[in-house]
Amino acid sequence: MSAPEKMLKVDIWRGNEKGEYQSFEVPERDNQTVLDVVTYIQRHLDAALAYRFACRVGVCGSCAMTVNGRPRWTCRTHVSRVVKGGKLTIAPLQNLPVIRDLVTDMAQFFDKWNAARGRFVAGDNPKDELAPVSPEQKERTAASAAIECINCGVCYSACDVVSWRDDYLGPAALNRAWAAYNDVRDGDRPGILKAISQSGGCHNCHTHQSCAEHCPVSLNPTFSIAGLKRASLKAKLKGELK
Amino acid sequence: MSVSGITRASRAHPGFVASLIHRASGLALAVFLPLHFYALGLALESETFTGFIAWSDQPLVKISEGLMVSALAVHFAGGLRLLAVEFFGLTRAQALWIALALAFALGVGILFLMRAF
Amino acid sequence: MSPLSYLLQRGTAMLMVPLIITHLTLIIWAVQDGLSAEEILSRTRGSIIWAGFYGLFVFAAAIHAGIGVQTILREWTPLGRLATANVGHVFILTLWLLGARAIYAVVWA
Repeated sequence: MSAPEKMLKVDIWRGNEKGEYQSFEVPERDNQTVLDVVTYIQRHLDAALAYRFACRVGVCGSCAMTVNGRPRWTCRTHVSRVVKGGKLTIAPLQNLPVIRDLVTDMAQFFDKWNAARGRFVAGDNPKDELAPVSPEQKERTAASAAIECINCGVCYSACDVVSWRDDYLGPAALNRAWAAYNDVRDGDRPGILKAISQSGGCHNCHTHQSCAEHCPVSLNPTFSIAGLKRASLKAKLKGELK
Repeated sequence: MSVSGITRASRAHPGFVASLIHRASGLALAVFLPLHFYALGLALESETFTGFIAWSDQPLVKISEGLMVSALAVHFAGGLRLLAVEFFGLTRAQALWIALALAFALGVGILFLMRAF
Repeated sequence: MSPLSYLLQRGTAMLMVPLIITHLTLIIWAVQDGLSAEEILSRTRGSIIWAGFYGLFVFAAAIHAGIGVQTILREWTPLGRLATANVGHVFILTLWLLGARAIYAVVWA
């Protein structure tokens, strides 16, 4: 005679933008993550549930979803930490179109990533010698602080301005642009300032810091964006920003 | 922006609350300022101005004036928090403390000095 | 928000820091002392310093409020870039006009 299993009540979003929450009951386990819960539902209760994951150990960022209203990596979220009154509500990441159930269309996220020009450009006259960049150098330190982003989309989902403006590039794209800007070897640093000053650029950030609040690797895009604001302002005052 | 949007769980942190207060106080000031300028412009006709000053002795007007001064103080403190993060690279904790301390100081000062009633 | 709007917004904010401190102190002191309208006007009439101080304040506050209102409309209403820019500009001009009239009334009339 075993004691009755404790069950979690789980509400999961089904459909796309039009849809509804569907309730499931999942057995509670010790050390259970939200990803474990979603996986259990898909394997045992409803094979049609669509969701994304890959590494399941917190290094790829694929499993990001909205859990009880906040964007998180579900593989790194213990149920015991977030469950409210024995209930979990799981939805796809906010601020992105929904393909189906818990799967979002990340295309706009990556389009904006590219639009912010957060990548290295060698330029017309790349130098032959190795660039002497000391780890203590101001720019290198700034780049190091921003470089660990793995494009999981959690900050984009948490950002209030992204939810208010379609054209806003968003914290991840701008954070990467700041890291790229601080690569002193880049052949077209002014080009980055131009990219992040366009409509929807860094100047739309209101320093809410919802991004920093939710980043699973503790990055601070607000800080990076402040750096871009200062750099672009300086360039504008010098007449260098076109 | 929907009403339920404001209460999203992802917004339950000090930075958002501070920004919301900053925006609300700014909007209040933007609504108040034209009225404030118009009222002062009434001094062109001293009769109307004296009449206006008498009208403004009503408690409701005094309360509104008090709210507006508070709105200015709150908006000012929040603005300094923003400038601290954007231009002086302060961390969110440091900047928040500055804003809270300043808002508190201004609040106490205003309450103490304002004997409008 | 364009870099120019951002520059104007933050710039007018920084400009207004000493103006706000002065204005708040003055208003609270005047209210505490129970200054009447005639007493306030007697201090401001004919003063080029007050005209200059409040002229600068009105100039900066109008721009700052206008850009702020434009941002709120853009983010929280369905209005687009052109419509909100127009509303913002009208708001700034209105505040400049009303503010100039107020300063004239209080300093020269």
